[in-house]
Amino acid sequence: MKLPAIVHKFSSPKNFYTMSGKLIPWFTWGFGLTLIVGLYYGFFVAPPDYQQGESYRIMFVHVPAAWMSMFIYMVMATSGAIGLIWRIKTADLMASASAPIGAAFTFLALVTGSLWGKPMWGTYWVWDARLTSELILLFLYLGFIALQASIEDPRNAARAGAVLAIVGVVNIPIIHYSVEWWSTLHQGATVTKFDKPSIHITMLIPLLTMAVSFKLYYAASVLMRARAEILRREQNSRWVKEVVENDSI
Amino acid sequence: MTPSTMSAFFALVRRDLMLSYRHRNELLNPLLFFLIVVTLFPLGVSPEKTLLQTMAPGVIWVAALLAVMLSLDSLFKDDYDDGTLEQMMLSPHPTSLLVLAKIISHWLVTGLPIILLAPLLGIFMYLPAEGIITLMLTLLLGTPVLSLIGAIGMALTLGLNRGGMLLSLLVLPLYIPVLIFSANAVDASLAGLAVRGQMYFLGALLVLSITLAPLATAAALKISVE
Repeated sequence: MKLPAIVHKFSSPKNFYTMSGKLIPWFTWGFGLTLIVGLYYGFFVAPPDYQQGESYRIMFVHVPAAWMSMFIYMVMATSGAIGLIWRIKTADLMASASAPIGAAFTFLALVTGSLWGKPMWGTYWVWDARLTSELILLFLYLGFIALQASIEDPRNAARAGAVLAIVGVVNIPIIHYSVEWWSTLHQGATVTKFDKPSIHITMLIPLLTMAVSFKLYYAASVLMRARAEILRREQNSRWVKEVVENDSI
Repeated sequence: MTPSTMSAFFALVRRDLMLSYRHRNELLNPLLFFLIVVTLFPLGVSPEKTLLQTMAPGVIWVAALLAVMLSLDSLFKDDYDDGTLEQMMLSPHPTSLLVLAKIISHWLVTGLPIILLAPLLGIFMYLPAEGIITLMLTLLLGTPVLSLIGAIGMALTLGLNRGGMLLSLLVLPLYIPVLIFSANAVDASLAGLAVRGQMYFLGALLVLSITLAPLATAAALKISVE
């Protein structure tokens, strides 16, 4: 399948650099605003849980972080596949720029989960299905980062990483369900798309606000990372020289 | 499969088996590793019968997993070093099929001996007869999956110095479903429960990996050989 020429035009490093430079401030401001609103509502407005008291409030960080950990892996694999199939350089960059952010969110989800687990389950770590699959997801991220780090040629590193990410995507549901089947202690999911959520609206609003906030943070930081990498890779081209000298964009 | 691809496929299986036979002392290494790792557990934990019996399915399976992973090195390495692999990829036959041929002969010389050695380890770990039979069945379904998934990781790390550590980082998380279902099947058979469900899952994993893993391995080889 051939992509229209306009895709290639917009995905050229130079255009990507210019466009992302215009987008980043929006994402950053949006992130800041939604973060303040989400945290305020989550910590001060939402009522305490009838069972878990105040300690459930860590959910407003934990759940969006866990969502992001899976979302970013999908983005990483998709852009890796795009880079592999249509040989679009910026898609490769997005994949490798996403990996550390995704790993960080996975780590955050694990840490907040274990801090939440201490008052709820009485222990920091439980070999529960979702904790375990989150840990395995962290291993998959670290494997991806380690593979890309050990291949010197950036083009080959991107392609090898893409193959690994795609293999990972095929495996994630299998790993998830096999771990789920293996054991579960975790409370059931309370927000689903197809069903009426079992979470109260006053808790749902800050939760979704925080989810939007984390997405915007990811968008801003992945673009920043990709831009820095573009400058490094294209350092010998004329437009980079102009950009660095004028420092206008 | 055209007749010429078919004959290339079987010629490659034969060639790899012949090569392994010529280096037969190397074939013993993964088996010895398998044996020694399992022997460490009674020494390190306790020789007590009930404890060992509870641990047996997991311990034997983890050891099998590591033994297969360490044996992957021989899958492409020599052919990569002397350029044979490149010639195979230049041939008109689909690389994924040739990869499958290599994986099959690799499994015949590593996976199969592990299955045959398993009863001895089962006896070491005080597994009763029905547990040993289930263990062998899970190994029969599971070890090919390990070779197939491992081939992807091996192909990705082929050209790298010190790829060995990296390989384990890439491959071990992907081995988890096989470990879960196999160890659970042996556990269930010890408790006298039916193991059909777990066996179906293992069979499904085998079918899935036999269809998709050669394609991913071929794609990864293309990147590594370039």
